[in-house]
Amino acid sequence: MGGGITLDHFLVLSIIIFSLGIFTVLTRRNAIGILMGIELILNSANINYLAFAFYGGGKYDGQIFAIFVIMLAAAEAVIGLAIVLAIYQNFKTIDVDATETLSG
Amino acid sequence: MLAQAIFYALAALTVGSALMVALSRNIVYSTFALLGAFMGVVGIYILLAADFVAMVQLLVYVGGILVLTIFAVMLTAGIGDVTVSNRAVGTGSAIVTVGVAASLMVYAVMRTPWHQGTSLTTAPTTYGIGNAFLGDYVLPFEVASLVLLAALIGAIVISRHEAKE
Repeated sequence: MGGGITLDHFLVLSIIIFSLGIFTVLTRRNAIGILMGIELILNSANINYLAFAFYGGGKYDGQIFAIFVIMLAAAEAVIGLAIVLAIYQNFKTIDVDATETLSG
Repeated sequence: MLAQAIFYALAALTVGSALMVALSRNIVYSTFALLGAFMGVVGIYILLAADFVAMVQLLVYVGGILVLTIFAVMLTAGIGDVTVSNRAVGTGSAIVTVGVAASLMVYAVMRTPWHQGTSLTTAPTTYGIGNAFLGDYVLPFEVASLVLLAALIGAIVISRHEAKE
């Protein structure tokens, strides 16, 4: 590409987004907020896949894995939000601290 | 130089939006900031010569997952109450954990001499991806359709409001 952008730039960007996603998952008590953090984490993984695919010689394997990750992220979001709505119907809140019926 | 400027602009958009997702007091603001993060990632993909993946990201994430998330946020009550909508706990320990992990990862990335290919082509990718999906990756491709079907049925079963007794 020239222009002075190297693989490290993309990897560090991916690390930053991953860290923010982990931070979101760790600190949020809103179940939808936790799902947003997971989306950020999956996006950072995809950046890694595409960066290695591009700088590794232009094969398509990395891009295909990224498409599979996007597909699984869509399925995960659908199921996750369905579970969140089911929790909301039962508990009238989506605060994950309030839904601790199973904890002894 | 132009590519560098574009990269830093996209990185600033993505990281800024992700920061807002992580730190905003209001879950609605977090959801809309997620739009900026996804759009920035789309730009990063285009910069990495992955045109097809970028468009898939645009369609699936921005057109599907984000709209679904906004629906879920709006369907659950209490979003107007800022103090309960996006409560955050354990911020200090989370910062320490994430900081240590991130600095370790950055150190590892900087220290590793990555193998890099010589030809950085920016050709269209749809032809190769289509061939790979119907060639080497045809089994995962078909299994993916089963996974999506299972997710579809599972979401309906889980979220259906059933009158018990």
